[in-house]
Amino acid sequence: MSKDIFLYALSTCIHCKNTKKFLEENNIDYDFVYVDQLSGEEKERIVEEIKKYNPRISFPTLVVDGKKVIVGLKKDEIMEACQ
Amino acid sequence: MTPQKLYEALKKVQEPQGYYFNKDHSMTMELMASLLENKNRYGYMVCPCRLASGDRAQDRDIICPCAYREADVKEFGSCYCGLYVSRAWNEDEIPHEYVPERRPSDKMPI
Repeated sequence: MSKDIFLYALSTCIHCKNTKKFLEENNIDYDFVYVDQLSGEEKERIVEEIKKYNPRISFPTLVVDGKKVIVGLKKDEIMEACQ
Repeated sequence: MTPQKLYEALKKVQEPQGYYFNKDHSMTMELMASLLENKNRYGYMVCPCRLASGDRAQDRDIICPCAYREADVKEFGSCYCGLYVSRAWNEDEIPHEYVPERRPSDKMPI
């Protein structure tokens, strides 16, 4: 079964852009949200959600199957978690 | 202001202080464009790699160059975003490590 991979990102963040590129180059399917492009309640809700995984609310935060959390473009960890 | 103009203006001020732009020029120019986008969006050039609150006083420590650049460049040779690096980092004399977020959690917007 394929894994559920979700990326919390900022549209301006270079590490987020590189993480997306890395996932795409490795044919890893994922969903993402640009938190900086949200507003109001939706933004608050998503930030609260990120806080559960990464209390520092830093980007990129990648969540695999709602359990494994990888903060930053750590290629080896991402490959291991997503395979 | 264009990314190229911003690049030139910042380079003139920052390099004499020992802060160099990342030698990955395309990355540096993307960050220039992101800084200008944030200036347009918030009214100030907040760090492109951090979530801004939109309140200048609250975001003051993450307006580029951020309050954490000095400590990060000293410890890792690079700022959090990878925009500003030391000469040694650019010349590959030191390893290019992941720079963790140094901003205290209590300063986060929510």
